[in-house]
Amino acid sequence: MPASATPPQAEGPLLSLNSIEVVYDHVILVLRGVSLDVPRGGIVALLGANGAGKTTTLKAVSNLLRSERGAVTKGTIHLDGQRVDALTPTEVVRRGVIQVMEGRHCFAHLSVEENLLTGAYTGRRSRAELRADLERVYGYFPRLKEKRRTLAGYTSGGEQQMTAVGRALMTRPRLILLDEPSMGLAPQLAEEILDIMRRLNQQQGVSFLLAEQNVAAALRFAHHGYILENGRVVMEGQAAQLANNEDVKEFYLGLGKSGRRSFRDAKHYRRRKRWLA
Amino acid sequence: MQFFLEVLIGGLLSGVMYSLVALGFVLIFKASGVFNFAQGAMVLFAALTFVSLEERGLPRWGALLASLAIMLGLALVIERVVLRPLVNQPAISLLMATIGLTFCLEGLAQGVWGSVVKGLDLGIPDVPFDVKGVLVSQFDLFAAAIAGFLVAVLALFFQYTRVGRALRAVADDHQAALSLGIPLQTVWAVVWAAAGAVALVAGLLWGSRLGVQFALSVITLKALPVLILGGFTSIAGAIVGGLLVGASEKLAEVYLGPVLGGGIENWFPYVLALLFLLVRPEGLFGEKHIDRV
Repeated sequence: MPASATPPQAEGPLLSLNSIEVVYDHVILVLRGVSLDVPRGGIVALLGANGAGKTTTLKAVSNLLRSERGAVTKGTIHLDGQRVDALTPTEVVRRGVIQVMEGRHCFAHLSVEENLLTGAYTGRRSRAELRADLERVYGYFPRLKEKRRTLAGYTSGGEQQMTAVGRALMTRPRLILLDEPSMGLAPQLAEEILDIMRRLNQQQGVSFLLAEQNVAAALRFAHHGYILENGRVVMEGQAAQLANNEDVKEFYLGLGKSGRRSFRDAKHYRRRKRWLA
Repeated sequence: MQFFLEVLIGGLLSGVMYSLVALGFVLIFKASGVFNFAQGAMVLFAALTFVSLEERGLPRWGALLASLAIMLGLALVIERVVLRPLVNQPAISLLMATIGLTFCLEGLAQGVWGSVVKGLDLGIPDVPFDVKGVLVSQFDLFAAAIAGFLVAVLALFFQYTRVGRALRAVADDHQAALSLGIPLQTVWAVVWAAAGAVALVAGLLWGSRLGVQFALSVITLKALPVLILGGFTSIAGAIVGGLLVGASEKLAEVYLGPVLGGGIENWFPYVLALLFLLVRPEGLFGEKHIDRV
């Protein structure tokens, strides 16, 4: 695994999206020119409200779009300087990019360990290598080792999220596309999972592109952030800068100039400012 | 007592024949969550192909290999033409597609090979022999051995191989499997090819019993109660379900027949299946539907 985590040529960004446009079913325009870069070893957060296009952006990279009748109609996607937008999902996974889908999507009728092993489908590995890969995942998620024989469908939400991430790790990724890992989890558990991701990033050099609605948590975790609105990037910057930006504070963190608003005021809250004309 | 045993054993062994058909359904259902309505037509198609090739002068093994190759080719074509355009569509669309496929296969089989009933002699004598006073058919034993072998191979394949695991993963969640780089096309082609091979075996055994004829595709219907009893997702379930159906319908015919009037054999399995649905809808060995709430 550490072997594949080191980039073959260390120049330019690992992943680069150049003004991509995505259309579903030939008519529904979801992304209207999104550009972003994920540097090698970087953690990039993709922020925005429901329907802003976060998931679609991730699926454009992993190329799961096609099975949902979506297509990248304009723009290019480069991985290591090579175009990847015409590859099949299998080829994208082989190149070290894996998406952890929103809502976990564990195989309910497979045991936790079998779930992890499905991640090793694309790479032919010896039994010993498989064992080593499994142990590495169990090292990061000790809880999974205890539950290895349990059907994934019977494990808790947090354990399922860990299974989904562990399964992705089994593909020996360089870049993980993480879609809403905190969804439906207790804040503490979500934080725990993000901590493990941070260790993966530091120890194994795995890069992350994270789509998240929990802006506060995402900006603590990421190095760099992009904010999407209606299928466009409306703002980008260092995570710390974004977290201190007045507009971001007001729109996404619920912090107005007068400090945190009470829930009662929020009912009458109207957005006064838009970034889009 | 001896008579009871004879009926029971005869029933169990004929149940194995149902299991063989049900096995094809289970394979496809396990890997794609689709009830393949066309399995019966595949049985007919396979048997007809084999017989016709043999009629045209191919030696037995040649005909067997050629029919196997044709069934595998058929699986690839079905994957390309029927399944691939329907990725991520609701299961009902796939079911309807397999119903359409049934008619195509039946038409194709009869268009190419003709619709005359053909005899098929596998060279296995269908004579009963005596086991401690109980008569057992040699042919049935042969069929049971083949079924047992197929089940063992398939069960091992599904449980312990990389591709087998991928098949079960695809059955659970297409999208997630796709996101892990498991190519759905390959998986489906493999599964339909396996179902095609099972259909060939079932077709040969049934064909030598009933003659190779159109009615073969109707044995699909007998597989339904087998699946409901055994569970749609379990290979072992297909076997146990088949044994249950075979034994119960023969016993019912013999012991309830005189009371209720004959012909019970034809509807008894369905009543059994209905009752079973009330008590245990996932079948004896089927996967329980797991829902997190």
